[in-house]
Amino acid sequence: MSRQILLGDEAVALGAVHAGLSAAYSYPGTPASEILEYLVRLAAETQAFTAVWSVNEKVAYEEALGASFAGKRALVSFKHVGLNVAADPFMNSAITGANGGFLVVSADDPGMHSSQNEQDSRYYVQFAQIFGYEPSDHQEAYDMAREAFDVSERFGLPVLMRLVTRLSHSRSPVATREPRPQNELNKGLAKDWILLPVNARRRFGQLLDRQAEMVRFGEASRFNVLRLAEGDRKLGVIASGVAYNYFREALAGEPGLPSFLKVSTYPLPEGLIRELVGHVETVLVLEDGYPFIERQIQGLFGIPGKTVLGKLSGALPASGELSPDIVRRALGRPPLPALAPSGLPLAGRPPQLCVGCSHADTFKALNKALEGASGSNVFSDIGCYTLGALPPYNAIHSCVCMGASIGMARGASDVGLHPAVSVIGDSTFAHSGITPLLGAAQADTDMTVIILDNATTAMTGGQPTYGSGERLLRLVEGLGVPKEHLRTIEPLPKNHDKNVQIIKDEIGHRGLSVIVAVRECVQEQRKKRS
Amino acid sequence: MKQDIILAGVGGQGILSIAYVIDNAALADGLFFKQAEVHGMAQRGGAVQSHMRLSDGTIWSDLIPKGEADMILSVEPLEALRYLDYLRPDGIVVTSSTPFRNIPDYPEIDKVLEALHKAPRSVVVDSEKLAKEAGTVKAQNVVLLGAASSFLIIKEASLLGTIETLFGGRGPAVLESNLKAFALGKKAALGS
Ligand SMILES: Cc1ncc(C[n+]2csc(CCOP(=O)(O)OP(=O)(O)O)c2C)c(N)n1
Ligand code: SF4
Repeated sequence: MSRQILLGDEAVALGAVHAGLSAAYSYPGTPASEILEYLVRLAAETQAFTAVWSVNEKVAYEEALGASFAGKRALVSFKHVGLNVAADPFMNSAITGANGGFLVVSADDPGMHSSQNEQDSRYYVQFAQIFGYEPSDHQEAYDMAREAFDVSERFGLPVLMRLVTRLSHSRSPVATREPRPQNELNKGLAKDWILLPVNARRRFGQLLDRQAEMVRFGEASRFNVLRLAEGDRKLGVIASGVAYNYFREALAGEPGLPSFLKVSTYPLPEGLIRELVGHVETVLVLEDGYPFIERQIQGLFGIPGKTVLGKLSGALPASGELSPDIVRRALGRPPLPALAPSGLPLAGRPPQLCVGCSHADTFKALNKALEGASGSNVFSDIGCYTLGALPPYNAIHSCVCMGASIGMARGASDVGLHPAVSVIGDSTFAHSGITPLLGAAQADTDMTVIILDNATTAMTGGQPTYGSGERLLRLVEGLGVPKEHLRTIEPLPKNHDKNVQIIKDEIGHRGLSVIVAVRECVQEQRKKRS
Repeated sequence: MKQDIILAGVGGQGILSIAYVIDNAALADGLFFKQAEVHGMAQRGGAVQSHMRLSDGTIWSDLIPKGEADMILSVEPLEALRYLDYLRPDGIVVTSSTPFRNIPDYPEIDKVLEALHKAPRSVVVDSEKLAKEAGTVKAQNVVLLGAASSFLIIKEASLLGTIETLFGGRGPAVLESNLKAFALGKKAALGS
């Protein structure tokens, strides 16, 4: 047994490797990126398994599913909204089942530190009716990841692990164990994997048949801990994931603990919940994310004779990330004595585009080109360039989800908005900009798409990108974008006037045009130099 | 024995390197720790903080509760002020006096320093000057680590050992200036 300092993300990754992982796939996204980053480094060192940055999460999911079909242990990881992109194969893989152990890691971002929403991946576990884990600390992240592959093979289903930013991006020592060897190749059965209705109905029936066993398995799991306080029947606490830590933190200095149940697996360990609820008058549910557990035990009508407190009842805020202070308050403990704030108004320090960033020059040129164009709209996408929303640029008017800018610009153009401009990064374009552009090219939609080719996935820390340079130009041309309206600019201050003119010309063209702004991210340039 | 530290600064100032050194030194000393850090959006010139918890016993929360921090260790004075309400009444602020002005409404530096001196225990060092003296202005984070070192529950030898691992690979000159930055920071703190 050795001890290593690991991020929560890395603990999951290493747990998977030690469980005999053969292949891992991901698309970057905070707070999940460090899982595959770690695996890519380890794979390069050991040459023992495959670790690949995929084009998007759906592709990543299908690649991992293919490895599982082949009988090998596979992992796919992404941020929570990545699971939306991968939802189709995800839901269907609950019907095909997994052959080699298959771990799906979805990292939620309560508080939206760097996300568009704070959706809770536990609903996906329930939606697909598979088994799920929610670790509360690094050691559990490692241990659960290891166990998850066995559980996946036992039930013949993918297993989902839900992480949250706080654990993903926290570092702590982890005790590791001897690795297990990888599986041999062993193909899945066609009758299970061909989802024709005749097979799918049978497989769905089998999935439903396994539900009770999954509940029992969760009830027996060492990760779900029930403690009933003998003489104390007042309060019982149900806490999951990092919320459990906040609960223990708040009461650490006190002599006794109220009855509690730590929930770490899904479907809910119903028997344990019944025992706890039966023992106490009031149940306080602590969970980071949506009131997933609270809503299930509360139901429509509540529990006769019992009070359930949580996010729905207003005992805890309904949105945002939990903190030790919020949980302390919900437990009725007074705040700790602390220093008062200085009273000086503290200017905020939001993130900004780096000095010299190519996106800044593109936005300056775009703003200039659009001056006087009333009713215009710039649909943006997600990446560093979303910071173009902030002063001094104020250059964009929407940011919804990966790839949305092109489809939205087309829709707006179809109903009469002009100019309709889309701004999309190279990685985002490869992720989900290609298909909407294919449609717009066939229709020759009156819009201008600006692809920001900085040769990297900058926002999430500089992972590789698929659609860059010559390859990107050939790809766009291949989609049917007319050659004379496929232009490139080099976003540099010295080219400002020239770039403004090109953008103006293409906006003036009442059909589809694509402008590729080519200049490398300065952070990546710096990394290469050092 | 426990120590809770809020590390603060601006993205790019090397907060996570300080955390790396403390993490590894703590492991060498046989301490347990949890260190929650910020990745992603906040790194692009935005405010960055890390919650660093050291203990010889169980650590539950990755985040430090308000009123529980024993120290704020900041590479930037305005950022040090941001987290005062995390500090215990008898906690200490160790900070640089060198402002990082990448926002239009940065308050007057005199007011910032005055507010810092109002904290019951504060150590304010001119990290820019000391880092330059050590040979590289980049080593301001290590100056601050040196300034904090006398107040940490970690052995100085463990900190220095980790600095050697971290910077040793970047050539003897880099290592030497970082070790010097550490020593200068430590001396300045004890003299302040
Ligand atoms: C479905 C989904 N996957 C991943 C992310 C995380 N994410 C945000 S922006 C981005 C990529 C940005 O790369 P690029 O488009 O090249 O722009 P750059 O940051 O380089 O300017 C990623 C992966 C997300 N928000 N949604
Ligand atoms: S990381 Fe790269 S793309 Fe992002 S703001 Fe900085 S220079 Fe621009």
